[in-house]
Amino acid sequence: MSQPASSPLLASLLDAPLPPSSGVAWLDAARRENRASFAAGGLPDTRVEAWKYTPLRALGQRPFASGDAAAGARAVDPSILALPGVDGPRLVFVNGVFRADLSALDALPAGLTLQPLSQALEGDAQPLRFALSRHYREIGDAFARINAASAVDGVVLRVAAGTRLAVPVQLVFVGAAAEADLAWHARNVIELGEGAGLTLIEQHAASGEQAHLATLVGDIEVGEGARLQHVVLQDAAVGASLVRRSSLRLHARAQAGLHVLELGGALVRHDIRAELVGDDARLDTRGVFMPHGRQHIDTQLAIRHQALNTVSSSNWRGVASDRARGVFRGAIVVAPGADGSDASLGNKNLLLSPGAEIDTKPELEIYADEVKAAHGATVGQLDERALFYLRSRGIALAPARALLTGAFCRAVLDDLPNEALRDHLAALLIAQLPMAAEQPS
Amino acid sequence: MLKIENLHARVEGREILKGLSLSVDAGEVHAIMGPNGAGKSTLGNVLAGRDGYEVTAGSVTYNDIDLLSLAPEARAAAGVFLAFQYPVEIPGVNNTYFLRAALNAQRKVRGESELDSMQFLKLVREKLKVMHISDELLHRAVNAGFSGGEKKRNEIFQMAVLQPQLAILDETDSGLDIDALKQVAEGVNALRSPARSFLMITHYQRLLDYVVPDFVHVLADGRIVESGDKSLALKLEEHGYAGIGESHPAGAAA
Repeated sequence: MSQPASSPLLASLLDAPLPPSSGVAWLDAARRENRASFAAGGLPDTRVEAWKYTPLRALGQRPFASGDAAAGARAVDPSILALPGVDGPRLVFVNGVFRADLSALDALPAGLTLQPLSQALEGDAQPLRFALSRHYREIGDAFARINAASAVDGVVLRVAAGTRLAVPVQLVFVGAAAEADLAWHARNVIELGEGAGLTLIEQHAASGEQAHLATLVGDIEVGEGARLQHVVLQDAAVGASLVRRSSLRLHARAQAGLHVLELGGALVRHDIRAELVGDDARLDTRGVFMPHGRQHIDTQLAIRHQALNTVSSSNWRGVASDRARGVFRGAIVVAPGADGSDASLGNKNLLLSPGAEIDTKPELEIYADEVKAAHGATVGQLDERALFYLRSRGIALAPARALLTGAFCRAVLDDLPNEALRDHLAALLIAQLPMAAEQPS
Repeated sequence: MLKIENLHARVEGREILKGLSLSVDAGEVHAIMGPNGAGKSTLGNVLAGRDGYEVTAGSVTYNDIDLLSLAPEARAAAGVFLAFQYPVEIPGVNNTYFLRAALNAQRKVRGESELDSMQFLKLVREKLKVMHISDELLHRAVNAGFSGGEKKRNEIFQMAVLQPQLAILDETDSGLDIDALKQVAEGVNALRSPARSFLMITHYQRLLDYVVPDFVHVLADGRIVESGDKSLALKLEEHGYAGIGESHPAGAAA
């Protein structure tokens, strides 16, 4: 089920020394344990169900240097950090290393804790124990294992109970060109206390061409009655490999809205695991993945309803062109006892080129009573009736296609409240389309 | 302006139009009436250039050009407008943006300058007044979530902005209550001009009470079987389509 531990990727990562002791015994133990599992299990192959459509053979053949000693000095174009409608606290990492000079941590609003993990571990590490002492037991979690073994930095973000932050918090992970292909890691722990409110903007950006391997693991706790708006803009370098795992837990009456844009990267994998553990919790996920060229973008969304009257709605879109491949798996489980839950999941996809491919798989398992559930997935071309309608009004075929394709992608942004950010993201989506130049002015 | 001669057209291998001939001069309003399945909507779609409608014989000349040789967008730029029987919902495309893109695309083809957003807004405001369309409709996606009446009014509003020379209204009256019908008719009447012609395709004569045609034609089994003035519509209302055209076997045209 796994590649031999002698693969160049494994050999290079295991050759790197363990990170220096954190001074926290349980953390050092978790690092050793996960590293041992990674060494024993290696990378999953396509016989592992969760990796069926994402072969790792080519990645496994590449060695990566661990850590970037020069990360603190690498020049980063500040324009990649700027986002319209986003002007608040900011934490920036370059090749996994915290960059105080690029971050904005002065005068944090009351109730907000925002610091790099490396600093947080110098203080009381105990609040991080639940997240950081985990041992990943599945071979499908190979990247979470190496992340747990190797990550020395990341984000610690806490919003105190009752604090509703007016300004968005921005997290930026930059992959920067270096002398070699690097493996870098980030571990994020985010908590919203009871009744807290947070808008979180997570960016994956590129500074120069590179083909690094990055792993990011994040845990997000949304406390009782808390509200989270989480926007993820993934625009990594065209050669980069990016493997992320985001775990979300929603407590009673918590509400979370997630908007994900997957634009960049060569090999991109994002596992989203959400658990609705408190009654009346609500999760809305929206996302679009737009692989082109030879990109491979895989999203695995797993939502578990575990409490009464919980609601989830998910609407994802894929647009693939050239010889690119998109993968989407949406799995919803309504666990025993989660009576009165309401789950909907949709994934619509457009293929713009004959060589492009999208594999989509919605799954629904219901073990509770009085549940409303709907799911559907389609892969197809543009609506011919709509195309004719536009043409009959004078819009030529190419711009009509561009207009409809842009609208198809933008639909996932409809319910994003920040208008300036929404317009900016919409423009990024349009620019990503192969027929961007055809868009009517 | 428009001359249709001996038009034969097939849809999915089935012949629907079987030798239809019709002439429309500038400024005239022609009503095409007929029973279901006679080919009324096929005529509108063939004239607008929809895919899947295969013309097997005959010709359509519009302002001395061969209309059938043009792509749908070129027909639009040349001044042909089809008000759809079932206007298409296009989620995610803003109504105003769509209409400006359409108008500017047409203007570009005609060698006219494109309108900037201020000029366009001014034009839209003028037209809104006539069409009983609320501002709010403009900010929504094209036809998305519109009621039947709103969709039809939106078609007429688009026509008002695009200012075609030949407007084909495909069952624009269907599915409208009497108030909506009057509003649509008022919009159409406001656009009547000596330079603009209308082809109104309808099943019922109801619309013709409000938009009085110059000519009425009966389309049955793929051709025009009888033509007359507005009194023909009243006759149809009274006697139905049965018996119409029996004494005029083929291709009578105005």
